[in-house]
Amino acid sequence: MGDEKVLRINKIGDGIVIDHIEPGNALEVLEVLKISGKDGMTVSLLMNVPSGKVGTKDIVKIEKKKLAKNELDKISLVSPKATINVISDYEIKQKFTVDIPEKVVGVIKCSNQNCVTNSKEPVTTTFTRESSQDGMRFRCHYCDRTMSLSEVKKSIIR
Amino acid sequence: MLKGKSLVSIDDVATDDIFEIFKLASEYKKKVSKGEVLSELNGKIMATLFFEPSTRTRLSFESAMHRLGGSVITVSEAKSSSASKGETIADTIRMASSYSDIVVMRHPMEGAARLASEFSSVPVLNGGDGSGQHPTQTILDLFTIWEKFGRIEGLNVSLVGDLKYGRTVHSLIKALSRFENAINLISPEILQMPEHVLSGIKNQQNIRKISNLEDVLDRSDVFYVTRIQKERFVDMNDYAKVIGSYSFDLATVSKMKESAIIMHPLPRVDEINPEVDRDKRALYFTQASNGVFVRMAIISMILGVR
Repeated sequence: MGDEKVLRINKIGDGIVIDHIEPGNALEVLEVLKISGKDGMTVSLLMNVPSGKVGTKDIVKIEKKKLAKNELDKISLVSPKATINVISDYEIKQKFTVDIPEKVVGVIKCSNQNCVTNSKEPVTTTFTRESSQDGMRFRCHYCDRTMSLSEVKKSIIR
Repeated sequence: MLKGKSLVSIDDVATDDIFEIFKLASEYKKKVSKGEVLSELNGKIMATLFFEPSTRTRLSFESAMHRLGGSVITVSEAKSSSASKGETIADTIRMASSYSDIVVMRHPMEGAARLASEFSSVPVLNGGDGSGQHPTQTILDLFTIWEKFGRIEGLNVSLVGDLKYGRTVHSLIKALSRFENAINLISPEILQMPEHVLSGIKNQQNIRKISNLEDVLDRSDVFYVTRIQKERFVDMNDYAKVIGSYSFDLATVSKMKESAIIMHPLPRVDEINPEVDRDKRALYFTQASNGVFVRMAIISMILGVR
């Protein structure tokens, strides 16, 4: 049923379709991918479309786009249930669900203002995912402080 | 094995190594008290970089190195030299590590020591990073407890005062909870042990928040008191109230077990009345002097001469 809704917009030849984005989060996905619309990319956006699986969902289609590891990690933090379809020659070549990685590297900023990673040092932030009673938390490799998933979403490097 | 390793967090030290350090520190303590002159680290150089003021930590590290026959190079005010010119910690440490065999660093930012250890060509000892970790202090605290009780498990330990900003208690609680100890946390509401420290401890069932110091006075074996900084309070009346409930005088001490001890990382201000110093349970100056022997042991193990 979800795939039928994808057909509301023309199929893309080459690029990616980010499906099953939590409803209302498509703009945030574009933002963390640093796609502003001024970069000339052809982007289709569907928001709050009905979906059998989760009620409603958002979909983003980006033509001529490949996703790097850190971009996939960012999408996983914004919308942990999103699926990625890699399209080539109008065919789905690859389909997978994003996964919040165990080590989140170079994707988020530490919320502790006094953490050394927030100064001008030549370091890449690294957080380790831990499970906690209320979901998951992320521990900074440098200062040892933890952030909840909602804090992490606000701290994605944009 | 500590040889060649940096010491950033107490988690970097295996339990076996903690006991090795205790043994060696005791040996050094005996030798130094007998007036023996040691030369194990002849020709070795320690660089000390203190980007934040320090008295005890700096003096005891430098004393430890000299006691072992090594030498020390230092920047009198690290903050006012390289950092003020805008040099990164990464660059400063690359330079300092090329001049020495081991580096001791204190820095006001959390995570600074971890970062330094990644850019240094020699082992880095964390002398305190912001309100983060202070592992050598923790080992000397444990050593002081071990000397007194012959063990660091099966004890009832009360951490009292500023548990939020006091980095010594953040490292200490991690270490104590490796062993079967009952740990009481006694602090004003605004200065409680941070969640990020507690959540990093696997074995939490023996940790309790206690609202009243009186409730544990006759039960605890160790009282680890920390300084409550006036500047943390907006209202000085609140400070006055708080300091009254978390401080020790002879009346407080009289309710403690005869075998109990009072520790403090120093400097103390109002938390422990000087009248307590005469009591045999006051161990904070012994604790401070142990800093030298414990650091001697750590340095010689890391530099691989032991």
